[in-house]
Amino acid sequence: MNLCSRCGSNVYSEENATVSRILRIPDVLRARLKAWACTSYPHEACGLLIGRSVGACNAVVDVRQARNLRTERAHDRYEIDPQDFLAADRDARHRHLELVGVWHTHPDHPARPSSTDLAAAWPQWSYVILAVGQAGVSEMTSWRLADTAFEQEEIQS
Amino acid sequence: MTMVTIRIPTPLRGYTGGRDEVEAAGDTVAEALAALGAAHEGLLERVLGPEGEPRQFVNLFVGERNVRQLDGLGTRLQTGDVIAIVPAVAGGNDECEGKAAG
Repeated sequence: MNLCSRCGSNVYSEENATVSRILRIPDVLRARLKAWACTSYPHEACGLLIGRSVGACNAVVDVRQARNLRTERAHDRYEIDPQDFLAADRDARHRHLELVGVWHTHPDHPARPSSTDLAAAWPQWSYVILAVGQAGVSEMTSWRLADTAFEQEEIQS
Repeated sequence: MTMVTIRIPTPLRGYTGGRDEVEAAGDTVAEALAALGAAHEGLLERVLGPEGEPRQFVNLFVGERNVRQLDGLGTRLQTGDVIAIVPAVAGGNDECEGKAAG
């Protein structure tokens, strides 16, 4: 367990992590996320994942970058502009796809979900986190809400 | 009674049998949501708080406009309007993360 030093909540669990959940994202789309992460550094970047959810697998077909409404704390907070959400959702529907997840960056921090991430998390979606620093993206992880904590999921191409 | 469409986001489709939109009757957003809740048990509690207000991480749109910029849940509807339940997608770094990462 990984407990918050302030609130004592369990942010994520590695002990109980299951690899049965999978995020499938092609290399070309991973490269696009990493490029956006680097371009936005030292600010957080964020966006949405469009694809198909089949059983325990979220398969990403396209990625979107979104505007971050938290301009006053863009180095450590993000909130996706609802208009960008609506546009991505509309695009997904037209393509007979759906929104399968969210991505955001942690500038100069590990790619582990925070209690802030947990508080706003929704079930079923994959939450991709990219750790980014001056040298570029050092790590990319994906997480899903399982009851009240995040569980890490495997990333495949 | 006014008939509208309510769009359901992916995380809430478990309450609608996987449907991404449902039809509902209501002259206001509040009435349409009440009809939605009556037809799909458990869904309304994920959208509205105990006082009947939209939950912190939920936005409600009629067309392209957030109901907070209109008349809130009292916003009046016209036939064919589309209500979108939009999850607020947010997060970021905090001190917990540094502790969690060890």
